[in-house]
Amino acid sequence: MNKKSKKVWKLTGQYLVIFIIGVFLLYPILFMFFASFKSNEEIFGTTNLLPKSLSLQYYIDGWKGTGSMTYTKFFLNTFVLVVPTTLLTIASCSLVAYGFARFKFFGKKVLFMLLIATLMLPNAVVIIPRYTLYNQFGWINTYMPFYAPALLACYPFFIFMLIQFLRGIPKDLDQAAYIDGCGTFRTFLQILLPLMKPALFSAALFQFLWTYNDYFNSLIFINSVSKYPISLALRLSLDAESVVIWGKMMAMAFVNVLPVMLIFFFAQKYFVEGIATQGIKG
Amino acid sequence: MAKAAKKHKGIQKRNRQAYLYLLPWLLGFAILQLYPFMKSFYYSFTDYMITNKPSFVGLENYIKLLTVDTDFWNSFRVTLVYTLYTVPGKLVMALAVAVFLNRNIKGINLIRTFYYIPSLFGGSVAIAILWKLMFMDNGVINALLATLHLPAVHWLGDKKYALKTICLMEIWQFGSSMVMFLAALKNVPKDLYESASIDGAGKIASFFKITVPQITPIIFFNMIMQTIQALQNFTSAFVITEGGPLKSTYVLGMKLYKEGFTYFKMGYASAISWIIFLVIMLVTLMLFRSSSGWVHYEDDGEF
Repeated sequence: MNKKSKKVWKLTGQYLVIFIIGVFLLYPILFMFFASFKSNEEIFGTTNLLPKSLSLQYYIDGWKGTGSMTYTKFFLNTFVLVVPTTLLTIASCSLVAYGFARFKFFGKKVLFMLLIATLMLPNAVVIIPRYTLYNQFGWINTYMPFYAPALLACYPFFIFMLIQFLRGIPKDLDQAAYIDGCGTFRTFLQILLPLMKPALFSAALFQFLWTYNDYFNSLIFINSVSKYPISLALRLSLDAESVVIWGKMMAMAFVNVLPVMLIFFFAQKYFVEGIATQGIKG
Repeated sequence: MAKAAKKHKGIQKRNRQAYLYLLPWLLGFAILQLYPFMKSFYYSFTDYMITNKPSFVGLENYIKLLTVDTDFWNSFRVTLVYTLYTVPGKLVMALAVAVFLNRNIKGINLIRTFYYIPSLFGGSVAIAILWKLMFMDNGVINALLATLHLPAVHWLGDKKYALKTICLMEIWQFGSSMVMFLAALKNVPKDLYESASIDGAGKIASFFKITVPQITPIIFFNMIMQTIQALQNFTSAFVITEGGPLKSTYVLGMKLYKEGFTYFKMGYASAISWIIFLVIMLVTLMLFRSSSGWVHYEDDGEF
């Protein structure tokens, strides 16, 4: 065998391995998508991935939801929960990051250490007192338990990530603004914020994703069906039926993951760069 | 002179505004992190149902957990096993695939994108339900095994396999660690490999002698974060198996949920949460302790 054909074989081998790993990784998602067109007999009977017919019936049936609540309502709830949470997180965390990255003040070292320490503070250890606190405020079964930590910058991860990003922006820019008589807030708003766009976008994407996927907190804080986000609605649909129509379940599960996948494909640059440069846990 | 003093005063005045910017976090830290943290410590020594006032009972909750409640040690063991499977499993997969992809191949961005997809779903209920369906006794995984003339496995019904099936879902989502490793691999100086190959080091030797030491900070970071997450796992066990069969997937996170939010035994649940916290601290400390032996920082850890 000559050198060139050896190289071709090696390359083919590499792509084959890549393809096989890819099949393992994407098979479950493809299975979910195609199962949404299949009856129970078809799902359990065969190993065929492709459905016999492409009827949207399960999507129509599934969308009706449970009782009087449709998935339109559940989606609306989800966005009313997730979007303000995301925006508040970005607003508060960027302000705090600015405070840490651009000022010298008494106690900075200690406060920064505390911030880093909270990175490792597990949610499990604060969840019960938070619950009783929110209960006292009358916030159970509202979205306030999601908004409040976002407003008060309880996401040390994003603060840290934005501090790191700000450290990479030259301080001369703010100095020049100060000399021109710009106050600190205007400097932040008009000079730094536009430069922070990529980092802010990455942070927003991850916060959106995590809040959207989160189940535990919704389960604890939301208890009436009319306020359910999709994660709870899905679980409800699974429990509500004595004989589960899996095609319908998979249709709604697919509808649930679709927005995430769409956002990912449109903004994947920010995802991958966010993880690669900032070390987001994902 | 006067001008410089004035300028200095201006900077000082400006610097004082920092607290204004920190204000949201200072409040959040005090009210939603520090206060709940200490409060749950206090609750853990009380008998507290959400309806009554907490009454101090000393170590009773802890004694009950550690000696009377047979579920606790089971949950403890299940959680540790879960962590010991998923964290190394995920990191080894991520590293192996990252090393394999770290070469000049066309379409690397597209490949990276596709491999990342499973990681998008984290603790999503939709994926947990999907897993439940795929791994049923008459589900598609067993059907695929049958076509390969392999015997069917009770993935979720047998207490020997249920936890492993759930771990598999976690390991499947190795994409985000992989992306981090890929970025780290790109930063390993090429000349290190060249000098190693001149010295006659093989591929495997240079992987363990050069690649791994160079990316240990990223491995370490991932290990810590994944461990903290794994020790608190809840959704997959709750949705896929509901802790069963025979409590073989009844992780501590689920025990905490049941005691705290189904039975509203807040004091007892707080004791569980503190044990979770102590385990996390202990494991993290052990990792940090060991890290000086195997994690290499270019700047000796200072920045």
